[in-house]
Amino acid sequence: MQPINSTTTRFDELDAGEIHGDGRRWYALREFFGNTQARVGLAIIVLLFLFCFLGPVFYHTNQVKVDLLTKDFAPSKQHLLGTDDYGFDVIGRLMRGGQASFGLGFAVAGVTTVVGTLYGAVAGIIGGVVDAVMMRLIDTLLSIPGIVLLLIMVNIFTPTLFTVILVLSLLSWLVVARLVRGEVLSLRTRDYVLAAKTMGSGTGRIMWRHMVPNAFGVIIVNATFSIADAITALSTLSFLGLGMAAPYADWGTMLSNGLNDLFDGYWWLIYPPAILLILTIIGFSLIGDAVLDSLDVRLRRR
Amino acid sequence: MIAYLIRRVGQAVVVVIGVMILTFILIHMEPGSVARSILGIRATTSRVAIFNATYGLDQPLYKQLWNYTDQVFHGNLGQSFYQQQQVSTLFAQALPRDIFLLGTSTVLALLIALPLGVYQAVKRNGLADNLLSGTTFTLYTMPTFFFAMLMVGLFAVQLHWLPPTAPQATSVAGMLADPRALVLPEATLTLTQIAGFSRYMRSSVIDTLAQDYLRVCRAKGLGERLVLWRHVLRNSFLPIVTILGLSIPGLVGGAIVVEDIFNYQGMGLLFYQAALRHDFPILLGATLLGGVLTVIGNLAADIAYGILDPRVRYAADK
Repeated sequence: MQPINSTTTRFDELDAGEIHGDGRRWYALREFFGNTQARVGLAIIVLLFLFCFLGPVFYHTNQVKVDLLTKDFAPSKQHLLGTDDYGFDVIGRLMRGGQASFGLGFAVAGVTTVVGTLYGAVAGIIGGVVDAVMMRLIDTLLSIPGIVLLLIMVNIFTPTLFTVILVLSLLSWLVVARLVRGEVLSLRTRDYVLAAKTMGSGTGRIMWRHMVPNAFGVIIVNATFSIADAITALSTLSFLGLGMAAPYADWGTMLSNGLNDLFDGYWWLIYPPAILLILTIIGFSLIGDAVLDSLDVRLRRR
Repeated sequence: MIAYLIRRVGQAVVVVIGVMILTFILIHMEPGSVARSILGIRATTSRVAIFNATYGLDQPLYKQLWNYTDQVFHGNLGQSFYQQQQVSTLFAQALPRDIFLLGTSTVLALLIALPLGVYQAVKRNGLADNLLSGTTFTLYTMPTFFFAMLMVGLFAVQLHWLPPTAPQATSVAGMLADPRALVLPEATLTLTQIAGFSRYMRSSVIDTLAQDYLRVCRAKGLGERLVLWRHVLRNSFLPIVTILGLSIPGLVGGAIVVEDIFNYQGMGLLFYQAALRHDFPILLGATLLGGVLTVIGNLAADIAYGILDPRVRYAADK
């Protein structure tokens, strides 16, 4: 990606990316933090993060050894939110589960964003027949209803954390790719791209220095939503009995397991993970909406 | 217009054939033998051989794909491995049930969500709007299975008002004979859809309210009610049309969670059970149907959009 010609470097460093672009980025950030939605969303996520990742430092519980003698205890002084089917303390489990949920969400969002952006940018920049073929592939994959594809995939790969991340990413990169391609197609005709081209920038440089930063808004909005989507999707999968096996726990899995005990009145196995799960999704959705507002990008969530 | 339609249908055919090939390959990537998973581990070798020969599973993959394609173009979706019935027969039983369930719940949801969205947009950022937005937003983010289970827990288990399972009759008319059992699945789907629709409607109406032509309407003396009902509602409805079109493929598997919870024998449940039992013909057929419905839905949305909004020109669209 490094240009060979040194003159090109100097001229390129002077153009839109540095001076103008920075100002705009700060403006977007200021707009973002001025938004109540954004602040509420961020506050929710930060608090949940602290709970999950700092919590275990202060609140020590046994999360390793199954103890059936302390199974399904109601909340008491010893276990503030009771114990689950394996005798694990529910609060400790929630911290563990949260780490897993966040991990999964971020991993899926990461893979989705990188793959989708690359694919969309390449299709948009090359254009022509390549673009048409690449987009028909996306159309085809998008024509298979998501849950249907998910069920087939889960049947092929035995669900482990790695394969679940892979499968969920495989489903959600499509939309990103389409959005980025659309952005690139409209950015391609801008004057500053022509200017960069005139100064001798190669395709790769134009893509990384000019296209991707300007399509950043679309990308970040979608990444935020795909975190929330991934967490919900896994919870639905585990409800359908296709999630991950017992020692693994995330909020969605905990919730769907807890629902087995709904009619026994074990509320502490249901509502705590449900509330945390819903709060997480609300948090990320609020942030996503706020980013959308602050960038004023007109795109519809699919 | 006609040239546009021909081009779109041409693209659609390519996409549907792509869907078929992709699913075929995907499904056959599954490790292990199908015959074993259907017949069980104790089946004799000769039984397995007979099974494979009957369904053509002993042939190379490309030949199987060719045979399947040939079959499909002759209007035959094959026979279910597990239920020993024609896939098309199974679909003919399940699909009307989904059309009924999703159709009625969508219409109900629209009837409630559209006025709700207009009301929220007009009174935006007031107390009522914030309360409603909070409620619909929570409902929107809540996993469907959790919401459905809560409904069952409250109305069926605690209050004994409604039965926890959907009517088990095979025909739609038979299901209507037991309306009480339909309430919970319908209500779950309606409420979750209201959450989505009203959010879109609210923001769409806010956009419309900023348009200049409304000032003209008011200036020529139209009452506020007429302005809202005739001019705002109609124009704000456009994005919803697209969403409706895109929701048509939801007939295959869209209500899978609700069907599973209420044991509603629709496409979703059929597909889900087929996926667990490695019943390939049903999986392939359902995916194919999903692909066709997606294409139809997109096309229908585009055409409806063109009719509702004369500004859209087909030629300008790719």
